[in-house]
Amino acid sequence: MIRPFGINEFLFILFAVQWTLALSVVAFTGGAVGGLLIALARVSKVAPLRYAALGFIRLFQGTPLLMQLFLVFFGLNIFGVGINPWLAAAIALTLHASVFLGEIWRGCIQAVPVGQSEASWALGLRYYDRMKSIVLPQAAKIAVAPTVGFLVQLIKGTSLASIIGFVEMTRAGQIINNATFDPFTVFGLVAALYFILCWPLSILARRMERRFAVATRR
Amino acid sequence: MNAISEAHGPGDVARAGMPAVQMEGVDKWYDKFHALKNIDLEVARGEKIVICGPSGSGKSTLIRCINQLESVQKGRIFVDGIELTAGPKNVEQVRRDVGMVFQQFNLFPHMTVLENCTLAPVKVRGASKAEAETTARKYLERVHIPEQAEKYPAQLSGGQQQRVAIARALCMNPKIMLFDEPTSALDPEMVKEVLDTMIDLAEEGMTMLVVTHEMGFARQVADRVIFMDKGEIVETGNPKEFFANPRHERTRNFLGQISGH
Repeated sequence: MIRPFGINEFLFILFAVQWTLALSVVAFTGGAVGGLLIALARVSKVAPLRYAALGFIRLFQGTPLLMQLFLVFFGLNIFGVGINPWLAAAIALTLHASVFLGEIWRGCIQAVPVGQSEASWALGLRYYDRMKSIVLPQAAKIAVAPTVGFLVQLIKGTSLASIIGFVEMTRAGQIINNATFDPFTVFGLVAALYFILCWPLSILARRMERRFAVATRR
Repeated sequence: MNAISEAHGPGDVARAGMPAVQMEGVDKWYDKFHALKNIDLEVARGEKIVICGPSGSGKSTLIRCINQLESVQKGRIFVDGIELTAGPKNVEQVRRDVGMVFQQFNLFPHMTVLENCTLAPVKVRGASKAEAETTARKYLERVHIPEQAEKYPAQLSGGQQQRVAIARALCMNPKIMLFDEPTSALDPEMVKEVLDTMIDLAEEGMTMLVVTHEMGFARQVADRVIFMDKGEIVETGNPKEFFANPRHERTRNFLGQISGH
């Protein structure tokens, strides 16, 4: 009954890396769009937009990601969409990423000196041109390091999708472990694969942070 | 070039009789702080006005109201006959025709000097890139830094940056120029080059409102000097009178302080 941990088991887990990556990419891409909208709403002159964005953020920051996953997973079912772990995980993680990127980017937008906006207004630039040509390019420079940092969190966060039955790396590990009863080997491998994905990104984030610190010192 | 000057359009004729700037009973508060108190001011076309006063007197706030970087709670402001206080469409229109130079330059650090100068003409006036560049090079020539066009602001000295800021504003072909302490952030040896640029501009007939402590500039260029204190216009006069016989105690104290050191 108990299978030994062999090459096939190894490959099963290794191939699951693609699902971890796919979920990360989807959540990060969706989160980038949502995050930009939230960040812009948070710095908007229109008060209702600001409060709506803030309420949304409070809601998601005040509840565990796991509960959000559950709520989306079972919520979709209530609304007549069949059980679909992929869709549920993608939606929940996208919302999660939107909220956190939104807050990171809001800070970066606000770190651009107000004089830059004043100069834009004085030149008659409209909102779109001011944001696109002046504020966001400068905010983006500051945002790169913390954004990569968050991406690392997000990749690790996809492991929670295993609980609603989405077969990514962690779930693949559980499946193999149930067959081999060799948890140390299995989860050691899974952890190592996460590390291989995340460590270079962490180094990249730290290096960019240092470069930014040097660039802003002068 | 043509597209830019045409942008002023036919409305010019209708508004030709209006003063450049007209403020009527303007009040502004920051929460409880009464920043501007019942300001009445009329600036004729081509007039050069220097505004001075102690810090916190409201002089920067006053000129920032003219392009609505600050909104006011009471009173009316007309710029070139357009009522600023009547709505956002008017604000947009006024901002296109009013140039501003800031104490901290506020150049766009991620753009070259040339890009700084061409952005607004292209985006706001709808000029072509080539037209905008020709205009920009012309004005960079006039502020004596044509050779810096491809550099980034951080590669220039403070005085050069402020001259770029002046050129950037001129590229919009403004009718009025506002200067908010343009030399206060400069090293002393760079003050002159910026003031000389402003004097050139004044001699060409530009309508200018200048907040500054450079009293030499006021003497040489101003048609009128305005002294503000605690949000009020205390005294206004032509520079000769103003410096020789200030009427108010507060003006005398202020002039004594700035010439005393």
